[in-house]
Order: sequence, then C-alpha cells, then structure tokens
Amino acid sequence: MALVVREAMLGFRRAPVLSALSITTIAFALFVVSLVGLVALNLRTALETVEERVEVVMYLRRGTPLDVITVAIGDIEHFPEVQSVHHVTEEDALMRARTELTEFSGVFEDLETNPLPASLEVSVRPGFRDEEHVRNVADRLSGFRFAEDVRFGQDWIAKLDRLRDIASAVGALIGLAFVAASVIIIGTTIRMTVLHRSHEISIMRLVGATDSFIRRPFLLEGAIKGALGGGLAVALCYGAFLVVSRLLLEGEFFGPLQMSFIVLFGTSLGLVSSAVSVSRHIKGV
Amino acid sequence: MIKFNKVFMAYGKGTLALRDVSFHISKGEFAFLTGHSGAGKSTVLRLIYAQDLPTEGEVRVSGFRTAKLSRREVPKLRRRLGIVFQNFQLLEDRTAEENVAFALEVTGARRGVIAPKVTRVLTQVGLAAKARSYPTELSGGEQQRVAIARALVNDPFVLLADEPTGNLDERATRGVFQLLRDINANGTAVMMATHDLDIVRQTSFRTIELQQGAIVFDSATDDTGEGEA
Repeated sequence: MALVVREAMLGFRRAPVLSALSITTIAFALFVVSLVGLVALNLRTALETVEERVEVVMYLRRGTPLDVITVAIGDIEHFPEVQSVHHVTEEDALMRARTELTEFSGVFEDLETNPLPASLEVSVRPGFRDEEHVRNVADRLSGFRFAEDVRFGQDWIAKLDRLRDIASAVGALIGLAFVAASVIIIGTTIRMTVLHRSHEISIMRLVGATDSFIRRPFLLEGAIKGALGGGLAVALCYGAFLVVSRLLLEGEFFGPLQMSFIVLFGTSLGLVSSAVSVSRHIKGV
Repeated sequence: MIKFNKVFMAYGKGTLALRDVSFHISKGEFAFLTGHSGAGKSTVLRLIYAQDLPTEGEVRVSGFRTAKLSRREVPKLRRRLGIVFQNFQLLEDRTAEENVAFALEVTGARRGVIAPKVTRVLTQVGLAAKARSYPTELSGGEQQRVAIARALVNDPFVLLADEPTGNLDERATRGVFQLLRDINANGTAVMMATHDLDIVRQTSFRTIELQQGAIVFDSATDDTGEGEA
C-alpha cells in the first residue's frame, strides 16, 4: 500500500504542471455541473415556497352546527394528503376581510348581517401538492353534506405543475449534458497523464509488473485528482454563490451532504477515467 | 531452456519477420544473435520475453510455452528474465538504485530484501559509488550498467541484451561486454543481439546469424565447426 501511495505521489511530483492542469480542468468541469445543480436547488426551494400556499377551501353552509364541523375536521385531518385543517368562522372571515382588504373597509363597516361564509382551509402535505391529488381532496370535501362550495385555484396549481415539470426536465437535460461533457473532459485529462507516463508503464511491464500493480498508483492518482478537483469546484461554486447573493438575490447553498456528493462524484470520475485509460493503454504495451 | 521450433512471425499485413526459425539455448550458454538491421534479431528477443507471440511454431522459455501464456502469466515469465536495451530504458526521474530497486518492488519483494540486493548488483556492475546518481548524470556506459544491474537483480536464468553496446563508444562497449561475459561466467545465460562483428570475433561464443528472418548460420550446428563455443 505504501508503495502505491509513493508511486501516486511521485506522479504528482513528476508532472506538477500537468497535475495542476488536470485538477483545474476537473474543477471547472465540475464547477459548471455544480452551478447547474445550485440553480436547480434554488429553483426547487422557490417552487416549494409557492407550493406551501396550495390549499383547498371548503365553504360551509350557513347554520352548520359546530359539533358537526368538529367531527368533519377530525375526519379530514385523517386524509393521507392533508397536512392541517383550519376552521375559519364567519366572524373570522369578516375580521380577516376588514384587515386584509383595507381598500374595501367601508363596505365591511356598516353591515347588518355578515355575508361571508365560514370555511375550512385544508392545507396539503408536500408530495401531494399537484393538481391530481389536490383535485382528489377537493372532490372528497365536496361530498360533505354541509359543503356549500369547494375551491382550490386549479388554474394556478395546473400552471405550477407545468412549471415544475418544465424545470425538472430542463434541469435534468442541462445537468446531464454538463455531466456528459465533464466526463469527457475529465477522461481526456486523465488520459493525457497516462500517456505522459507511457514510457514508465512499458518499463514496468518489461521488468515483470502485473497489470494490477501498474494500475493501482494511477487509480489512486486519478481519485486524488478527482477529489481535489471536486473540492475546488465546491469552493468556486461557493465564491460564485457569495457574489450572486450580494449583488443579485439571496439564495440557498449546498448542504454538507450535497458538497460531499460533488467531491465523491469527482473522485469517482477520476477513478473511473484512470481505470479506463490505464487499462486501454496497458493492453497495447 | 529456450527453444524455438519452426517459428514464423508475421507483422501487420503478413510481412514475415521470422521464417522457420529453430534453435535451442542451453543453461549458462552465451549466444550472439547477429545480422543486419531488420534481420529479425529483436523479433527473436521479443518472442522470448512474450512481447510478441509466434504466428506459427512454438517458443518455449524455461518451461513456459509463450503462445499459451495468459496475460497474468507474462509477468511471471519476465521476472525470470533480465532484459537490456540499446537505449537503456531507465526512468530518468529515479536514481540508479531506485531504478534497480523498482524491478524488485514490482515483484512485491520486502524492503529488507531490496536494499542489500540492490547494493550487491550495483557493486557487481561497478556502480556502487554512483547509486544516488540520476541517469542524466551518468555516461552512456554507466547507464547501460544500471540497466544491466536492474536486469540482474531478480537473479534471471538468462539475460537478453538487444544491441546493448549500440549507443556506446568503444571503451564503454568493451566495459559492458566484459561485464556480460562476467555475468555469464557466474552461470547466467546471455543472449546478445548485435551487429557489431568486432565483438563477435573477439570470442568463440555461439553465433546465430539471421538474414531476412531466417537463420543462415548457427555455429553450434555448423558442419565446419567454425566459431564453436
């Protein structure tokens, strides 16, 4: 093992410029991929904020007894899609209208009877906030005898659905394209380092080195380069994130798990590229 | 020990590099392979260390039939051979002793074994004092001695030398050749490809001459007995 580490380190010492170039290339390739990931992450967070507002409102018939409403709330809370149920009484509705719709304050001041109905505001759990699930909840709510009307803003939920689909598709497509590009770039970079040491590989073969003995230091070297490139990509991404946060808009950065994933992804790419390049090269020696 | 039996070797689009080559090298023998450039000398050596495989016929090296060798077995064969080239094939960023030690390291030898063996072979080739020198700090003759030391460090049964004096001046040539003779005198067989007939004429070692891929003279089987070792 010590020999493998020594040989891998020698690889860095022998070609410091090429090694630095490889790490930088890997870093920039992963930086672009990470940026796409960061945009996707922030887009998802933004969508989640909007999605939190998805709710179904069931307007109640006038005169529905409170105990009936209480039982119904218990039932509705047991729907798998439902996160919470909030009872808005007729008085609550009027008070809310007075505070929120200040421009119509005059209309609500001199009322003899309260025209606003009581309602149940049903918020939907994450994962069920698409049109199909929300409509399903709305249909079941309509089945209650005391339901006057059920609304859930189907237009904007449908638009939200479409936006989510488009964002996912575009994100996946761009992400995949950049991942593919980075795989090619990293593969080529590692191949250059292997070719740079082809003379050494042929000498190793001549003095009786096995294929696995020749391969091991290259694999370790590739993995180290990939890990360093991944780490540098995270650092570059954080720099870009800071600049954008200060100058344009506040956002969210990767968590430790996502950062580890980028480094791990770089390490795996370095490892696999080295394995492919060395194996291909050894066959010809 | 090394046996070629009706060996044919074709490269690329059927260009024949060897035609019907048969010979046998015994334990501890010294044999020259002579002939012009392109006569097939290097091809013979490449077939021995399984760099190439015969198109037809059989090559046997110390019990290994090279055509039947799996990729995993090739290193096992090469560890029993010592190979020396005209252009030394040293790693320039390693010292003389590191170059020699490298041939032991690839076999998985322990550190405690490597150091004394390296010192022994570098002493044997007369380069103990330059163990820490890099190849670029050594003369051509000295570099070839390092290459020979590397070839010897695994105690091979045969040393294959492909034009080992081709890049050396006369004095260095004499030194390297004397070293090969000493190695042979200690029991290691030597097979040396050369087109330097002056060296060949200095001794009565066996000579196998190739012309256009075919053996045209083998002093071991020559009826006149000329040049018999």
